[in-house]
Amino acid sequence: MKKILLAIGLYCSFLNAGKAQLSTYYGDTTNFKKRTLKFEEINIVSGYYFQDGNNSAITGGIGTEQLTDFANSFDITFSKIDRYNRLHTFNVDFNIDRYTSASSDNIDPLTRSSASKSDTHIYPSINWSVKDDATRTTKSLGYAFSTEYDYRSHGFNGGLTFLSKDKNTEYAIKGSAYLDTYMCILPSELRPADYPSGANRDKAGIAYKPRNTFSGSFSVAQVINQRLQVMGIIEPGFQEGLLSTPFHRVYFSNGNHTTEKLPSTKIKLPIGLRVSYFGGDKLVVRGFYRFYVDDWGMVAHTANIEIPYKISPFFSVMPFYRVNNQSAAKYFNKYGAHDPSETYYTSDYDLSKFISEFVGVGLRMAPPGGIAHVVNWNSMELRYGYYHRSNGMIGHSVSLQIKIK
Amino acid sequence: MKYLNLLIFFVCAVGLMSSCTSVKEYQKSRINDSDMELSSRKSEKFEQAFYLYREGASGANGGKSGGGCGCN
Repeated sequence: MKKILLAIGLYCSFLNAGKAQLSTYYGDTTNFKKRTLKFEEINIVSGYYFQDGNNSAITGGIGTEQLTDFANSFDITFSKIDRYNRLHTFNVDFNIDRYTSASSDNIDPLTRSSASKSDTHIYPSINWSVKDDATRTTKSLGYAFSTEYDYRSHGFNGGLTFLSKDKNTEYAIKGSAYLDTYMCILPSELRPADYPSGANRDKAGIAYKPRNTFSGSFSVAQVINQRLQVMGIIEPGFQEGLLSTPFHRVYFSNGNHTTEKLPSTKIKLPIGLRVSYFGGDKLVVRGFYRFYVDDWGMVAHTANIEIPYKISPFFSVMPFYRVNNQSAAKYFNKYGAHDPSETYYTSDYDLSKFISEFVGVGLRMAPPGGIAHVVNWNSMELRYGYYHRSNGMIGHSVSLQIKIK
Repeated sequence: MKYLNLLIFFVCAVGLMSSCTSVKEYQKSRINDSDMELSSRKSEKFEQAFYLYREGASGANGGKSGGGCGCN
């Protein structure tokens, strides 16, 4: 037995001696960094969302809001270290949603199935960032594209983050621009005689209008102590173009009706605060608060709390609760309540006064040997949430995320 | 004016945060835990989308990510 142990000991010391000689010959091998493109991770997210209510804007603030959305996302990240030791990260994200909307079917209530009964929303994006440890900065650029039957969007974004010398403070500045085009499909009874319906074979001569969104964000993230970190973020935004939805109906107090009309510009200012606190050895508290104000008269407060509890180092339960309290936009009124003399009007209950709550739970698994012993299957997360709005709308959301690393 | 005051307060608060105690890299085992990240989870991606469509207030949370009108 002694001989065997001696032999193993000698073998290990020979290995270490060999390693030391290699380090001496080639320099410190631990500092060697691969310069080829390296696979980082793949994230696959699938979500199902269902909602129902009785305040559809398409029928003037009354009628079904039933909607189902099956969404899928696939993103892949690669990285590469360049000759100046900067880390380049490339991310490609592909998303596809298939939704059915009972309210959209009422754009043309005389037909059994209008062009907007269901639709597919495709939105890929690409992002590139360069992290330079020498200057403690990260620069990023991105492009996003989005298409639906009546809507197309091109998005551009860029950002710069700066990390303090002690790596406890991070400043980030970002800017984005979305240049969108909207096909103006009108409710069937409000179309001029020669105006196309917007259906597949009836688009010639239909109007297309722009909707542009510009936003900036400035954030500061700070490590307060070994258990607490916070982040403040300001994200002012400006929108211009067709901000109303052309097939939303509005009914006036005199019995007439027309399509929604909203100002062609909107300025919004959201200010947010995020807090993460690690309590004990198993509990994390994640908090978020946002104050929002815009020049359409809406003021909103949103708070979110999530408490991940680590049952084991590899399994967490994450209950969450979110509440949003918003005032109505000054152009909102209910069905049949708008005065015909008003300049702008909408009966879209997304712009009404309400309190919404979202409550649910998430489960996260990340075993050390991979899920189902597949080493690269790093983690899996399942979330369910119930959404309730004080005006009666309800929703259910289920999401599944898989990470391959 | 009251919103301007709020903005000034926010900027000052953020400025003061940087005067906190310095935490060394080897003391950040809890701070670097994936649950401590100061951003939304990937699995929340589609929840963010329906908040954006169903509520008038948006932003200060990562913002719009892929266009879309959310008009139904």
